Amino acid sequence: MTLTAKDFKSDQEVRWCPGCGDYAILAAVQSFMPELGLEREKIVFISGIGCAARFPYYMQTYGMHSIHGRAPAIATGLATSRPDLSVWVVTGDGDSLSIGGNHLIHALRRNVNIKILLLNNQIYGLTKGQYSPTSEQGKVTGSTPMGSVDYPFNPLSLALGADATFVARALDTDKPGLTEVLRRAAAHKGAAFVEIFQNCNIYNDGAFDFVRDEKENRLYLKHGEPAGDTGVTHDETDFAAAFELSRVTIETHGVVPLGVFRDVQRESYDDLLAAQLANAKGDGDLQALVASGDTWQIG
Amino acid sequence: MAKRVEQLESVVIRFAGDSGDGMQLTGGRFTSETALVGNDLATFPDFPAEIRAPAGSLPGVSGFQLHFADHDILTPGDRPDVLVVMNPAALKTNLADLPKGGTLIVDTDAFTERNLKKAGYDASPLEDGSLAGYQVHAVQLTSMTVGALKEIEGVTAREAERAKNMFALGLMSWLYGRPVDSTLEFLEKKFAKRPEIAAANIKAFNTGYAFGETSESFAVQYEVKAASLQPGLYRQITGNTALSWGLLAASKLSKLPLFLGAYPITPASSILEELAKHKAFGVRTFQAEDEIAAAGAALGASFGGSLGVTTSAGPGVVLKSETVGLAVTLELPLVIIDVQRAGPSTGMPTKPEQGDLLMVLFGRNSESPVPVLAASSPGDCFYAAIEAVRVALTYRTPVYLLSDAYLANGAEPWLVPDIAALAPIDVDFAQPNGEVFQPYARDPATLARPWAIPGTPGLEHRVGGLEKANITGSISYDPENHDLMTQLRAQKVAGVQVPALEVDHQEGADVLVLSWGGTYGPVHAGVRQVRAAGGKAAHAHLRWLNPFPSNLGDVLRSYERVLIPEMNLGQLLQLVRARYLVDAVGYNRVTGKPFKAGEIADAVEALQ
Repeated sequence: MTLTAKDFKSDQEVRWCPGCGDYAILAAVQSFMPELGLEREKIVFISGIGCAARFPYYMQTYGMHSIHGRAPAIATGLATSRPDLSVWVVTGDGDSLSIGGNHLIHALRRNVNIKILLLNNQIYGLTKGQYSPTSEQGKVTGSTPMGSVDYPFNPLSLALGADATFVARALDTDKPGLTEVLRRAAAHKGAAFVEIFQNCNIYNDGAFDFVRDEKENRLYLKHGEPAGDTGVTHDETDFAAAFELSRVTIETHGVVPLGVFRDVQRESYDDLLAAQLANAKGDGDLQALVASGDTWQIG
Repeated sequence: MAKRVEQLESVVIRFAGDSGDGMQLTGGRFTSETALVGNDLATFPDFPAEIRAPAGSLPGVSGFQLHFADHDILTPGDRPDVLVVMNPAALKTNLADLPKGGTLIVDTDAFTERNLKKAGYDASPLEDGSLAGYQVHAVQLTSMTVGALKEIEGVTAREAERAKNMFALGLMSWLYGRPVDSTLEFLEKKFAKRPEIAAANIKAFNTGYAFGETSESFAVQYEVKAASLQPGLYRQITGNTALSWGLLAASKLSKLPLFLGAYPITPASSILEELAKHKAFGVRTFQAEDEIAAAGAALGASFGGSLGVTTSAGPGVVLKSETVGLAVTLELPLVIIDVQRAGPSTGMPTKPEQGDLLMVLFGRNSESPVPVLAASSPGDCFYAAIEAVRVALTYRTPVYLLSDAYLANGAEPWLVPDIAALAPIDVDFAQPNGEVFQPYARDPATLARPWAIPGTPGLEHRVGGLEKANITGSISYDPENHDLMTQLRAQKVAGVQVPALEVDHQEGADVLVLSWGGTYGPVHAGVRQVRAAGGKAAHAHLRWLNPFPSNLGDVLRSYERVLIPEMNLGQLLQLVRARYLVDAVGYNRVTGKPFKAGEIADAVEALQ
């Protein structure tokens, strides 16, 4: 039986606000899933807390809606112990860049075979509109009535700094671009980090209009070709090029790079650990183990 | 000339020296030799958290106490009969524990002006008469060691000096007639890459042994005959090793691969290190970025059908509590091991306490019941680990297993278990049956929900931290449903089948001593002392702290007085008084050291 997008819709009522960018991302992911060529039972979506974290409830796969920020840790345990599964983490900017920042960087560093979709709306939605670690400085919100004073993270630079082997960016409403990035992320063996600009139409509406609406500002990256007028020739295997492009913003260059910034091969954590298990010396004889060392007989 | 041999029933020896003096190694080797004699034994390694505190200082003193006997014993001993001190600081910190008339073996070479000053002595206690009440053997231990090693090529003066602990071990081995072959083999193996160091240590050991034989200072050699223990093959074991192997056994019995998520923390790290050695058993050990990730990864593995375990001590367990809460509501198996240490906060990392009981019972938001059990001795950690896993898997619940720093590092003889004789742990993953899968339907007997692991076709489902509708598992904010689910989770844990409490009753006793966890040895030894002195006391030891054994209330009510000794300020006491309305009293001390049998006996006698 060939699966379709419909086969990946669960029976749960989707409860995001009408007009939320999450709908478009959910639709794009459900449409892409059949391309994986896997049965649904082999796919697992794991999330933390926040609006984006409701994602697994809507996927007709295995799923876990877990704890704020901890999805990469939980997914690490699952992916490491079950290399037969396709494990996806859906997270947000508060979830994985604030409370779960530690787990994100370590999952990337270890190169665990998980796909991380970071739905970045630059705001805390589910707690009703406080500024997030990706909000621009000066953001006026309920918790920052005089404007936020802290500087934001650049999620792509952070992921690159953690030595992520796959780093990409897409837009919620750009279905072809998003699908291509999902395809590349799925094909990547190891940790894949995808930032998806996502519009929160309630608390941060229009945050990405400069690239959602103004399509001329989109700079689609192509491996081996000059990246627009940035002066960088894009090379997915060149860390310096990827990092330089991660710093290109609408403010600095008037464009927003989209697509795959970095894609390199490095053995994944789960593969390396599996190899250690396969090569471990000994026959797993527990009776011999408990009777090892200096022993003595009584009676 | 052969010396007189005197029979002893039991001996307590304490080795004390600087952290760099190798006291733990010395104690460990003496323990191994003693085990081979067939004595019953118990050990108490007592060392500072600092790896190398300033040499010669009081905080840098490291000790190892060993009790061995020709009969079954329960503790490392209240007070040493023999104290071996390698420097003035060790004398200063340990002398108060040595009863008058006790044997004191001193390395006089270490009693320099500088070392005396560091230990706070104005005058040398070896010369001012302050040791008059003890049997002092002043031995030039360092200089004799260095002198004996002169002829060994390639050994520096510093290396020769460092072998003095083997001189001391050799001397003690002679004094108590210990077999020496295992130590000689051990030294050859340990220093295989530096044969000259192996030779130096062996020479130092033999010199110490010969010194005992020939020196006039030691007129008598002692013998402690083998104890009559249950027949079988024995080895010695520490709590953390037993616990690690218990997890391996549980993995085998349940046929589930073991996944351990852990973050290094004293005194639990050696479980991670032990299990990391056993990848041939299919064990995956994951050293996480923090305690939270360690628990999270274990739960993720459990979701995938592994046996998920996370290990820590109190300061790490607090960080795991959100994951434990998630496991409560996901109703997935997870074993959390808390090797308790003295607190609060960082506290005293290498010292035992029982202060985490209320934390593991109640330290989570809202109503989130978790079964809790505690190991009672180093060897028991093996069986307690299996039991924790059995309950976690059977009832799909997180389970807390409590150990402590004393059990973790203490050693005792251990009857090697027959693995084939251990009861299997049946795990039935949910399978498709043609009907719509209901993730929160329950087994009527255990109230456990089905465990449907990814990869099972047709059972795709979502679980999460939000409240779930009964049976379907869909998100639910329905008030009655939340009340029902809260009750069901509580009933499931309350219904965990645990063995009835056994009482070591004594005819005519109207005092019951109720203990739990790592205090079993000293508490039972204290009760024995009471009985030996003509008093009467009953003793019961709790393994399960949640749920309590169903007969606990009846047991408590059948005694006029109940004494609950705990290394905390009365945590079990509070629970027992609240639950059973019994006017129990506590005996509570938190010194960072295990209870002494004598203080328990005194507390019992005060109630008579």
